[in-house]
Amino acid sequence: MTEQTVDRGLAVELSDLTRVYGDVKALDGLTLHIVPGELVALLGPSGCGKTTALRILAGLDHATSGTVSVGGKDLTKVPASKRDMGMVFQAYSLFPHMTVIDNVAFGLKMRGRDGAARRTRAGDMLDLVGLGEHADRYAHQLSGGQQQRVALARALAIEPSVLLLDEPLSALDAKVRVQLRDEIRRVQIEVGTTTLFVTHDQEEALAVADRVGVMNAGRLEQLAPPAELYSAPASRFVGEFVGLSNRLPAEVRDGVAAVMGREVPVLPGSATGSGHALVRPESVSVVADPAGPATVTTVMFLGPLSRVTCTLADGTLVVAQLASSDALRLQPGDAVRLEVAPAPVLVVA
Amino acid sequence: MTPPRGFRVFRAVLLLAFAAYFFVPLLAMFDFSTQVRGSAPGRTWDNWTFMFTDEDLRSSIVASLLLALFTVVLMVALLVPTMVWVRLRVPRVSRLIEFLCLLPLTIPALVIVVGITNVYSWVTYVLGDSPLVLTFAYVVLVLPYSYRAIDASLSAIDVATLSEAARSLGASWFTVIVRIVLPNITGGVLGAAFISVALVLGEYVFASLLHFDTLPVAMAALYKNNGPAAMAAALASMILVALFLIGLTFLSRDRHKLGASS
Repeated sequence: MTEQTVDRGLAVELSDLTRVYGDVKALDGLTLHIVPGELVALLGPSGCGKTTALRILAGLDHATSGTVSVGGKDLTKVPASKRDMGMVFQAYSLFPHMTVIDNVAFGLKMRGRDGAARRTRAGDMLDLVGLGEHADRYAHQLSGGQQQRVALARALAIEPSVLLLDEPLSALDAKVRVQLRDEIRRVQIEVGTTTLFVTHDQEEALAVADRVGVMNAGRLEQLAPPAELYSAPASRFVGEFVGLSNRLPAEVRDGVAAVMGREVPVLPGSATGSGHALVRPESVSVVADPAGPATVTTVMFLGPLSRVTCTLADGTLVVAQLASSDALRLQPGDAVRLEVAPAPVLVVA
Repeated sequence: MTPPRGFRVFRAVLLLAFAAYFFVPLLAMFDFSTQVRGSAPGRTWDNWTFMFTDEDLRSSIVASLLLALFTVVLMVALLVPTMVWVRLRVPRVSRLIEFLCLLPLTIPALVIVVGITNVYSWVTYVLGDSPLVLTFAYVVLVLPYSYRAIDASLSAIDVATLSEAARSLGASWFTVIVRIVLPNITGGVLGAAFISVALVLGEYVFASLLHFDTLPVAMAALYKNNGPAAMAAALASMILVALFLIGLTFLSRDRHKLGASS
């Protein structure tokens, strides 16, 4: 967990959750433990069950089997209105007939807090998200980013035991997404609420979470800190879903894989014998060599970094990520030699 | 850009023609209702004051107004929670609900009355023979129009997300409907209310065949022996409905200005 995190949240425990819709198994025995104050991101493709898990935790959906507990208290049968969780939705969810401050104070009103206390707390929350001056506006007078910040303030105003974020940035444009993503993390660290963040955007998940859980077909494939998830994927799905990977032919013997003529250590869970190594583009270096076995196909400029695609003699495509200063010396059609860094790789059958 | 003169003249003529089409009969009604009986000259307000002095007519007006009020209240109380519930929890039955709500539109009122006559003999036995028991039949009668108006309003907002947001903040289902959904479909509910009031104030077949004295029934009876007074009552009810419509329009417009219905 990040050092600054204030330990004020409650532990969340999802145990063996299953959710079946007709013939479809949206969740298949999901077990997840979130420690107090931690921000866990659930990442996965559409239909993997991440939103279903979040909705079951919120009480907006029910599990076919399994249990939900927060702070050691079983909430499986508790309705959403009694769970004490703040939630920010993917769609804009501010109440259109209320002003910004009334929106933020709504949850406090439901808890019977008196008018002055409600206004003070709602004002503080708006200040926290930088919208104190917009208190008397209506939702339609705010931008999408501002609406989601108000929704965050509204969710936090009730001092929830758990904060739930259901793809809150997906309706926003790229620049606002990054700003709000950072703001969510700042606020979460400041208030220390245990948070579950659901997203299909891996950059978002890796940037804000203490740990990221990758889901596939209703199951949690791996739950790990972002760096570990990226550098040591536990399964082929995680390796291919998180970040870019080259699938290069490999031969595994005695815990070492031979990849493009170089020996690299293999990660636990790798296949033995012949297979394919999942090699990150930044682990591939490209060296100009007129006698090299590969040819540069494209050079894609991405700012400080560039992506160079090369073709091997057998037609295999290899993507390398280089500093733009090096990559821009290469031209499509150049003959090159490719080298793989000795970082551990996952080898799949 | 200013429209061409010919177009402006045509527009004015068209407007006058339609105004004449609508207002000449009303003016004729007013003229007829203020004439002195016989061929004597001058004007009289006797037929208008008759509405307040004649006990039967007055009680029928009160009954119709109360019927309109109760019908609107019961319609909103039944329809809004049902439609919200169907949208959120059982969207697969929305077609069935729509079909059921539109059904009264396809069955002639006379057929419905014949069908419910026996039911009403029980209703009057249990609840008494006040015209207000017609509320139940009138709620069915206004369902098709009210359903359409409320459905259009509900489609314009994200009911599911707003409800879930309110629920997650601690609101009960009652609070969700009253404090979150209703204020955002005010336009539709007001529209449904207006149509209901207009239908109830003008409904004759149910009331007449079920032997209840509502305003239209009383006016029809009055017309047989005091035409000018019946005309005054008819005109008064039309003016009342028009004022009600104008009031609702302004109310709805004010809510828009506040951003409440956006």
